[in-house]
Parts: sequence; structure tokens; C-alpha cells
Amino acid sequence: MSSARTATPRPTDIYFFATCVVDQFFPGAGMDAITLLERQGIRVHFPDEQTCCGQPAYTSGFPDEARKVAAHQLTLFPEAWPVVVPSGSCAGMMKHHYPTLFARDPVRKAQAEALSARVYELTDFLVNVLNFKPEDCGSDCTVVLHTSCSARREMGVHLTGRQLLGDLVKVTVAQQDHESECCGFGGTFSIKQPEISGAMVEDKVKALKATGAERVVSADCGCLMNILGHAAWKDAQEGRSTPSLPGEHIASFLLRRTGGAQ
Amino acid sequence: MSTPQTPHTLHFMPSAGFRARAKDVVENPFLRKSFRGAMDFLMSKRAAQFPDAEELESLRSLGERIRQYNLAKLPTLLEQLEANLTKNGINVHWAETPEEANAIILGICQKHSARLMVKGKSMVSEEIELNHAAEAAGIGALESDMGEYIVQLAHEKPSHIIMPAIHKTKEEIAKLFAENVPGVAYTDNVDALIQIGRNVLRQKFLEADIGLSGVNFAVAETGTLCLVENEGNGRMCTTAPPVHIAITGIEKIVEKLEHVPPLLSLLTRSATGQNISTYFNMISSPRKPGEKDGPNEVHLVLLDNGRSQAYADEQLRKTLQCIRCGACMNHCPVYTRIGGHAYGTTYPGPIGKIISPHMLGLEATATMATASSLCGACGEVCPVKIPIPELLMRLREESFSAPHANPAMRGQGAGYSRLVSAIWRAWAAVYRSPGLYRLATWAGSRFSWLMPANQGAWTTVRTPLKPAPKRLRDMLKERG
Amino acid sequence: MSARDRILGKLKAAAPASAGELPDVAAWYAAHRGTESVADKARRFRQCIELAHAEVYSVSRGGWLQKLYEVLSAKQLEQLLVAPGTAHGKRAQEELVPLGIACPAYDQPIEQWKAAMFTATPAAFTAARAAIAETGTLILWPDADEPRLMSLVPPIHIVLLDAATIHNTFYEAMQREGWQQGLPTNALLVSGPSKTADIQQTLAYGAHGPKELVVLLIEENPQ
Repeated sequence: MSSARTATPRPTDIYFFATCVVDQFFPGAGMDAITLLERQGIRVHFPDEQTCCGQPAYTSGFPDEARKVAAHQLTLFPEAWPVVVPSGSCAGMMKHHYPTLFARDPVRKAQAEALSARVYELTDFLVNVLNFKPEDCGSDCTVVLHTSCSARREMGVHLTGRQLLGDLVKVTVAQQDHESECCGFGGTFSIKQPEISGAMVEDKVKALKATGAERVVSADCGCLMNILGHAAWKDAQEGRSTPSLPGEHIASFLLRRTGGAQ
Repeated sequence: MSTPQTPHTLHFMPSAGFRARAKDVVENPFLRKSFRGAMDFLMSKRAAQFPDAEELESLRSLGERIRQYNLAKLPTLLEQLEANLTKNGINVHWAETPEEANAIILGICQKHSARLMVKGKSMVSEEIELNHAAEAAGIGALESDMGEYIVQLAHEKPSHIIMPAIHKTKEEIAKLFAENVPGVAYTDNVDALIQIGRNVLRQKFLEADIGLSGVNFAVAETGTLCLVENEGNGRMCTTAPPVHIAITGIEKIVEKLEHVPPLLSLLTRSATGQNISTYFNMISSPRKPGEKDGPNEVHLVLLDNGRSQAYADEQLRKTLQCIRCGACMNHCPVYTRIGGHAYGTTYPGPIGKIISPHMLGLEATATMATASSLCGACGEVCPVKIPIPELLMRLREESFSAPHANPAMRGQGAGYSRLVSAIWRAWAAVYRSPGLYRLATWAGSRFSWLMPANQGAWTTVRTPLKPAPKRLRDMLKERG
Repeated sequence: MSARDRILGKLKAAAPASAGELPDVAAWYAAHRGTESVADKARRFRQCIELAHAEVYSVSRGGWLQKLYEVLSAKQLEQLLVAPGTAHGKRAQEELVPLGIACPAYDQPIEQWKAAMFTATPAAFTAARAAIAETGTLILWPDADEPRLMSLVPPIHIVLLDAATIHNTFYEAMQREGWQQGLPTNALLVSGPSKTADIQQTLAYGAHGPKELVVLLIEENPQ
């Protein structure tokens, strides 16, 4: 798999599929990812008609609704350019679940398979297609990386984020306890089973804080929403005015460490 | 919607109380720490057994292939198994429901005027609540696996399919023994506690009229029942009493004897991190003329209890690949937080979530499928590659979709809500239409100050969600 | 219609048309498990079963009885259940009795002496049919002469094993010995003394079966 990826020729153009969470809640992360890609000499195309990959409905047990939303996205990427997604979980949906979702619709299934082959999670694309080696311009700092379950288990790209951070010479990457364990987000799971989800995010934030890292970075905004939301809630509970666990998307961190927008 | 049947499992706790039970455990720091420690222990033991990732992957693929092959031939293999067991002198019985299985077993007991049945570890006997039925019929049913014995003494059910008493500390067990075993003083020395159990149960093995066991693999070509265990109580139950009754789900069958070694290796390494269990017991007949021990009668009860429903659907059939190693629960962040009892079903954890709906109906178990973040840890460790997250999504769909004719499962549509379905339809209408999406998200960003501080379940432990003042598409437009 | 017919009916209606090729178990073992010399297999067997808390003594073909006597003396055992219908059981009985070890024989059905078996039989001596190096496993095939409970009820079980019979894997054992042609009443794999970790994941030996497992391993060049 990785050899096939390495063999991908360096593209001149790509599509950027922002995801609905980035578009609405983390637009800065989206901008930073786009800037980072453009700085590599890539033309980034943002199809304005894009909405959501359909995953929320899909994982909640509403595949028909997911299919309707996914069908719309299938039409947005006419050129054979790579589709880069700044989220392991949404990339996983498009890469691995679209073909299943359209299993009974031969035309769309073919479209889904064609799309699936060119969907990349952002860090995977940076490392394995662009061979991006970030040059660190920042000062010494320690961060901790949270990798989403989809990135780790579905996309198998848990090493690329770590590799990018590892290339930053002045950045130390701390190792948290139970690193591979889920943060407890899981989309509607966090609403339907708030007690269990709450216990999971509580443990995750404790483990991240225990490393002493000054911030958490992640390539998935869903997890960040959950982790940072709990950390901020805990800060408020305990009367802290400065965040005890700040965090950001790995694209924002990489961009800043490598000289910003320029 | 189908009418819920009378619950046949007396101890089954309805999934309506799932959240409350989960909350109790989650809010108990002592239990949280204890489950975390136990699961960490089991995870590290398993990891140490599979140092070579490539080998593990190829062995899992072989395990998956073996299970799928044998399931594909299931009806033929059941007939072959029955013929070969019968030829070997083992009596084969079939039960569609727990009631039928209990009636068969108690009928055999009564034929022998049995007073005491000693039991080896059998989750299927838990599934049919045999102990309860035996008690009602005036037959003593005594668990002899140490963990099961402890759980039975405490009037509880197992909280883990491999480690039944994993929720109990040695101090609790010490107290339990001191209060319930005649002539025993309090000791929390584990060796001493095991010796107490050994002494009590040895006397029972000697006295018992019936030995009951489960089955890990039934081999069709030779007519052989295979049992995996460490303690020796399984061997006691299948050797010392004059009658042995084995009970198994219809899916635990393999055609060829050579299918057993890979599955056994996957089972013990995944379950407890042992390269093999202390005992692997292969039974092919009752005592033959001239032999001096072993039961004179051996029976096998084949139980359906909803398995044929799972079998009928190509995707749901994968549920039946399970070899009951428990690795999915050991690696599950949800099980780790709430333990086994909160689930309220015989089988807890990820496998419990996907098998129980076939046994109890979705109407009784629908909540369970929502209790997963779909993190995929279960599927990643499953030794026979059951796609558990996919099956959970399927069960959600079966539960939440409007009731329809010819459903794939009992209780289909049990979780259907007109309102929730309408919300998802509205969601799809917005997200499939770029115009509506733009309008809705524009409004969201423009009026984010209207977002309430109390966002229900989300804000119980998190700050409220607020859309950013500008969407990514706005920022891109501004940049030009 | 019987439960049998209903269950089979449902399954047959749903079974796929083809199960596909038989899984290639042989290929997996060929690719992942090598072959080893007798000495290497013996070494690996010993290493594994000792990890599982068994005692192993390497003995010569003629010297096992001396070692058996030493083991009994060290454990202060004055009684050993034997199977005189077997060559090793007969020899043990012939040579140990003059040395002061009582060697009762398992020569009547269990019903006639069950209580004595459970309460007054401290140790038993049997042979292993073969063994498995990979997992440190003894293969026992109890029969009319050497019944099943000998390896289960007495607190100490002493086993005679010929290193030449050790297989590399369980798969190899069943293939080489043609088990699919027919199995005995009860075939057993034993990989250590009885144990449990059911109380707080703490390992304890002697749960229900033997507390001690002793292997006399016959080798051409005893270690």
C-alpha cells in the first residue's frame, strides 16, 4: 500500500475536501492546511458545493440519508486529481465506506471506487506523496499527538503524523498513556451515551495532560472538539482562566513551525 | 413492530437500564481503576503472544477463512457431526430455545434421578440460565470453574466470558468464602482461597450424578467434542460423573480435525495470552467396554436460540464466526469503563452487543448497539476478523429504521422514532443541497451567539459547541 | 416437525451455494513453522513446559526408573498409582515395590474405589503418547490399561515421555499420527499442572487437577 502511494507522481493540482466540521468549527485549520499545501507548489481547488461526507448519518444507522449526502459529494471531483482531506475519519468514510454504501448502485459504485482510490488523509499525503520534510523555525517545545481511531485503524496512517512532528528538530513529542485508545467522541455516541463517552474523554485528557506537553495536536477535528471541549470545561470547573491543555490541528502547528503563511 | 416475548432469561436486565448501570460504574473510581488494571493486564499478555505482526495477520486470515468455510457448510456439517457422534455412542439433541434446552438437560437428569450436577464453564448454560431451571426442578447445579464458583456463591452472573469474577477483589472473595463455606476462616491469600475452592469442589466431583460442560469446537469428521481449560474442572465434569452432558451453540463446528490447531492457537493466545491452555480435552465417545472410567453416557445438546436468524443474513452471519476468546472486551474502551454487568446480557462487551440481539430480540437490546464509539479496537484484535463495528452500524440501522415486512431480525424497528428519522431526513436534505447547506451554515456562523450554553448531553462534561464566526469558504473568498 | 428439522430447515434455506475451497491449513504451517532436530524439539518442549511450572528431568532409556525413585523420595511419596497393563507401569511396580513404594494398580472400574481415588491417591505415573515442542504439551491417550482419571485426580502426576516422539506443532502431531482416521474415547493435551488466575488475575497452581506435573524425558544424550 505504501509503495503504491510513494509511486504516486507529484501532482500539480489537488482537491481539498474540508469536511463540515472544519468548514464550520475549525476554519483556521482548513486555511492552514491549504496554505501548507500551496507552499509546496500545489494548486489547491476547493469545490464550493462540498458539504459533508455523510458519516454522521452512516454511523448512526441511517445509511439512506448518508447515501443521499455522499452521492452529492461524488459529483464534485471531476478531474483525476487527488482529494486531500484534513481528517482521518472523513477520509476513511470516503475511501473505505463509499464503495460499500453504493454497493447496489453500479454507476455510483464505480464512481465511489474511482474516488476512493484518490482520497488521501492530509498527513499521509504530505509524507507519502509530497515527501514533505518540515524545517523547524520554532523554539523548543513539547507537544503530544492524538491520532483518531479512523486514522489509526481504518486509514492506517497513525505513523505519518508522528513522522511529520518527528522531523521538527526542536519539537519533542511526548508519549501519553494508552495512546491508541479512543478519546470517546464517536459522533452521536457522545450524545447517546454521555456517561461512558464522558469517562473516556476524562481519561484521555488526563493522560494527555500527564505528559506535561504544552499542547495537543491532532489531524482530526472531531477528536479535538471533544478533547479540547472537555479540557476547557474542566478548566472552567476548576476556575482556571488559561487553558491547561491548548490544542490545534496538526496543519496549523506545522504551518506555524515552518515559517507561517510567508 | 413485533410484540416483545416474555423474557425467558430470568436474570436478564433490560437495556432500558443500561445507561443508569453504566453510570454507576463510571462514577465509582475504585471499579474504574480495577477494570482498567485487569484489561491492561490481559491486553499486554495477548500482545506478548503475538510478537510477529505478519504472522498474526496471516493466522487471523486463516482463522477467518476456516470459520467462514465451516459456517457456509453448517447444515451439512451438523448432520455429519450428528451421524458421527451417534456412531461413536454419543446422544445428540436439538433445541431451538433455552426452554427446550433446559427441558432436554433436566429430562436426562431426571431419568438418572440425579440430585447434583457439577458444571464446567459454559457460557451457553448461562445463556439458557440452566442453574435456575435446575434449581426449580430440585436439582443442585454447582459451578466448578473457580471464577464461576465465586460468582455463583455471590448470587451474581459472570462479568466476563473468560474471567467470570474479574470484577471481584481477593478481599471480597475472602469475605465471601468466610461467610459461605462452612469451617473456613477469613484469608485473602490467593493460594489458600484456591485450595478452599479445590477442597469443596473435589468432594462434589466425587458425589455428582451429572457433569455438564460447554464445547469449544465440535469436529464433524471424527465426531469429537473439544474443550479448552486451565483448571481441570472441565476434565472432572466430563470424566468423573457417570453422565456427561455437553451443550453448545450450533455454530461451534468445524468439518476437519486439522481446522482445530489454528483456531486453538488463536483462541488461547487472544484470550489469556497463553500459547496453549493447560488442558485441551477431546472427547469422542462414552466409556467403552473394558475402560475403567469416564461417563457411561454422553449427550450433546445443540442450541439455536437465535443463531439461525443471524445465519440467514450474509452480513449478520459473520457474528457466528466468534470463538469466544473475549479479546474484543479486553480491548474495548467501553467495557473497560463499565465492566460486564452493566450490559445486562449473558455476553457482555462488543461480542455481546452483536450476538445478544439475535438471542433476545432488538426490542430488548437496541440500546447496546449505540454504546460504541466505533473505535475499531475490537475488530482489530478479533482473531477471526469479525467486522464488529460494521455489524454495530447494521444493528443501529435495523433498530432505528421504520418497521417493515420480512425483517432480518426480531425486533427490527424497535428503536424507530418518527422524530429522529425526520431529523435525519432533514439533515440529509440540507447536506445534499449546497444551497441549503450554505444558507444553514451561514446562519450558524452569523448567529453562533444564539447557541445555548446548555447543549444537553454534550455539555455535561464539555464546553458548548459554537460555530466559528467565519466559515472556511468565507475565509477563502475573502482571500480571493 | 422436530426442533432438529426446524433448525436444519432454516439453515439450509440460508446456506450459501458454495463454501469455496477448503482452507489450506497445511500451507500456513509450511510457511510459518520449520522442522527441527529431535534435540532441538526436546529443548523447546522442555523450555515451554517448565515455564508452565512443570518439573522436567532428562533421563536415559535405561535410567528413568532410578529418576522416578529419586523424585518419589524427594517428594516423600510412599505410594504411586500405576498401570501394570503397560510396560512402563509393570516395570515401575516390579522395581519400586521392593524399594518400599506401594504401587496400587488401577485395575477395577472407578465406581468401586472412587472415594479412595479422590482422597487417598497422592500420585500417579503414566506415559505420554507424544508431545508438542511449540507449546510444551504432552499428548495423553488414556485407555483401558491407563485410564483417564490417573492424569487428573492425584495431586502429583508423573509422566514418562520419549523425546523421539515430540512433534513440532499440534498440527504436525495430528497429521503424522493420522488422528482424523479415528480418535480414542478421550485424547488429551496437557501443558502443565492445573492452574487458575480467576482471583484477581493472580496465578495459582493446583486448581482442580494435579498441583505438580513431573516429566521424565527420555533422551539419547540426557542433559
